Amino acid sequence: MASIRFTVNGIASNVDTEPERPLLEVLREDLGLTGTKYGCGEGQCGACTVLLDGQPVFSCLTPVQAAQGRQIVTIEGLARDGALHPVQQAFLDEGAVQCGYCTPGMILQTVALLQAHPRPTGAQIADGLNGNLCRCADYQRIQAAVRRAAEPTGKRG
Amino acid sequence: MPTRSLSRRDFFEMAGAGLLIVAADPAAEAQRGGRGGAGSGTLEARLHIGEDGFITILSGKIEEGQGALTELAMAAAEELRAPLERIQMVMGDTGRTPNDGGTAGSGTTPRTVPQVRRAAAAARGLLLGAAARQFGVDAASLEVRGGAVRYADRMYGYADLARSPELAAAYQSALPEGTAVTAAKDWQVLGKPQRRLDTRDLVTGAHRFPSDIVRPGMLYGRVLRPPSYGATLDSVDLAPARKMPGVTAVRDGSFVACAAPTAFAARKALEAISATARWKTVEQPSSDILFEFLLQHASQPGRPQAQDRGSVEKGMAAARRRLKATYRVAYAQHAPMEPRAAVAEWQDGRLTVWTGTSNAGSVRQSLAEACGVPAERVRVIVPHFGGGFGGKHTAEAALEAARLAREAGRPVAVHWTRAEEFMWAYFRPAALIEVEAGLDADNAISAWDFTNYDSGASAIDPPYRIPNARTRFVPSVSPLRTGSYRVLAATANNFAREAFTDELAEAAGQDPLEFRLSHLDNGRIRNVLEAAAERFGWRERHNRKRPSGTGIGLACGTEKNSVVAACCEVQVDPKTGTPRVIDFVQAFECGAILNPANLRSQVEGAIMMGLGPALREEILFKDGRLTNADFASYAVPRFRDLPKLDVVLLDRQDLEPAGAGETPIIAIAPAVANAVFDATGQRVYAMPIRVARR
Repeated sequence: MASIRFTVNGIASNVDTEPERPLLEVLREDLGLTGTKYGCGEGQCGACTVLLDGQPVFSCLTPVQAAQGRQIVTIEGLARDGALHPVQQAFLDEGAVQCGYCTPGMILQTVALLQAHPRPTGAQIADGLNGNLCRCADYQRIQAAVRRAAEPTGKRG
Repeated sequence: MPTRSLSRRDFFEMAGAGLLIVAADPAAEAQRGGRGGAGSGTLEARLHIGEDGFITILSGKIEEGQGALTELAMAAAEELRAPLERIQMVMGDTGRTPNDGGTAGSGTTPRTVPQVRRAAAAARGLLLGAAARQFGVDAASLEVRGGAVRYADRMYGYADLARSPELAAAYQSALPEGTAVTAAKDWQVLGKPQRRLDTRDLVTGAHRFPSDIVRPGMLYGRVLRPPSYGATLDSVDLAPARKMPGVTAVRDGSFVACAAPTAFAARKALEAISATARWKTVEQPSSDILFEFLLQHASQPGRPQAQDRGSVEKGMAAARRRLKATYRVAYAQHAPMEPRAAVAEWQDGRLTVWTGTSNAGSVRQSLAEACGVPAERVRVIVPHFGGGFGGKHTAEAALEAARLAREAGRPVAVHWTRAEEFMWAYFRPAALIEVEAGLDADNAISAWDFTNYDSGASAIDPPYRIPNARTRFVPSVSPLRTGSYRVLAATANNFAREAFTDELAEAAGQDPLEFRLSHLDNGRIRNVLEAAAERFGWRERHNRKRPSGTGIGLACGTEKNSVVAACCEVQVDPKTGTPRVIDFVQAFECGAILNPANLRSQVEGAIMMGLGPALREEILFKDGRLTNADFASYAVPRFRDLPKLDVVLLDRQDLEPAGAGETPIIAIAPAVANAVFDATGQRVYAMPIRVARR
């Protein structure tokens, strides 16, 4: 057992647990943050994507000890005071959701993509999100949502 | 206010607070339904009007991303003349919702939507009658609008009207027969693009999928799986696992499982159990010999189903030219993003299970039989779950969770891993298809002989004008466990038929489009074929010379009372022979469109999903194990596969709405196969499509 300290969605957390447990399971089981999903356990689907110090990681392959002292953002941490993050809003507006199970990971990956490429090309979107699977295969809508999120709205920030 | 998507918890809190004016127990009604789903016999089983003005619609159908929740809410809002924001849905709960049958076969639109519409229209009639009595005027002089009945400048809200005692009586009596519903031309809500009502909780992560359900004191369960198909357990020792803190372990015949306070601890406990397990394995066929195996075992399990028209023998004899081909379709996996998951909780001899299944009723039955309790003591609740595509009709995780929860005396969650989902869920059947046809002196198809081995008879009948035709479905022994997959065997049958039709067109020296049109009497298929061809620019592009390695193809088909046609362009890598789809146009028609926004995303998703088994997806197995049971090696479609994608929706308001979640997938593989031929000059006889390297 180890005592792991990190910040999740701006809140300092301290978890006493086996250090090799996947971050995904600690988030879901210990902290009740079930928005982050298990999809494959092999880093092939991106459903478990969270931001670790701003970078997208597969939380299913990340041992919780790797989060020691770092900042984690999950899907629950994107909206502010009930106002959706622009990427969430874009997914909502475009209806880029079917079953919605891949959606949290897809949204967090998009947040990271838009940080790297604020106005991504089609190829940059495809490359940036290629690691995130959607079995409803709603890629056309998701691409539209990413483009919408990338549009300057004047309301960002 | 934002659109309310009512969770079940909210619903029960509401019910507990006495906000529902109809207090009868719809569970009694839910238990009365038959196998196919009897629906609701009374209004009270289908619809509640709350004192807060919210209207709750109950349906045994489930939501798995296909948009049923929104469609049913729209149907109710339409007939009740109520704002959509006032409609709340409760779905897939055997303790609350009427038995609408399983959610399969594109059945929600043609069967459940009309039931909800009739119930809502009947409720509107009752409310109108009550208002007429209150106003003391003829019902014909009243207007129903915005969830209220109006007369001059006075109005009664539904909640006020619903309190009248005669209405309570009417709620409990049988639904009136033949209640008229609103004609498509007068729709105010249906037929308009509507964003799905359940989206907000999905983009915030707030929605609780079956694998997100947590109950007080809940443990995480894991099940010991055989190392290979057909292997039997000789011996196992649970003692090492039982020494671990908080671990429950159980063996019940071949069922061995454990539960622990965390998934991590459960994994460790299962590893300890697994290390002691001794298995007896049996020889299993491998995917290398799959199609020979299917032929060898043909018809062993049952009699072939055959359909004949005219005389195939005479038609073949009269043919100027005869062609023959054999098509092979690999096993495919649904691989929904959310693997099987269930939480089971026992309380006073009653079992409640939360799980992702398209058939709550049959899962309840399976649980009751397996646990030896009456079905009345089992409640199955199906939260909106993470995809099924026909792959979640069964109860595996629910049964495992129930067994473990009984042993542990606490609620237990069983979440399948991806590896378990690949290996132990069921597969879309593999198919071996033999087809032979004859062309007469006028280049018309004079004879057609088509046999599907083991995958199914869906859409096996050719839609073309053929005087002499025989179609047969011959069951065989499948090495792998098979079951439903989006539109069943229609994809395999359509692939073989449409690829072969292209060969016939070539033999006839005709454009594949004109050849099909000359054999089509079905006006609906003609319309989608023309629509797809026009949007794609087929006639111009077909006559134009194409760059080396690129080709165009088309295909059409019909199933579940809807019609589809696709045109596409592919690029074949000259070094690897790998085809890439770069342009895809699909036209689809399913009668009167209920929600164009959702329909478009269903069709787009079906195209992209269909590209998987068309291009790459193929389950491989050897010695009773899958050899590609992960997303690294079983390559489902990804973002980089997205071509230029264009969908044409034809709205036929004169036709009854048909379901749309399945048929849009049947024309993908043959359109791509025909384009690959156009690009390479090599015919395609297999799914996934293989092109020999040049």
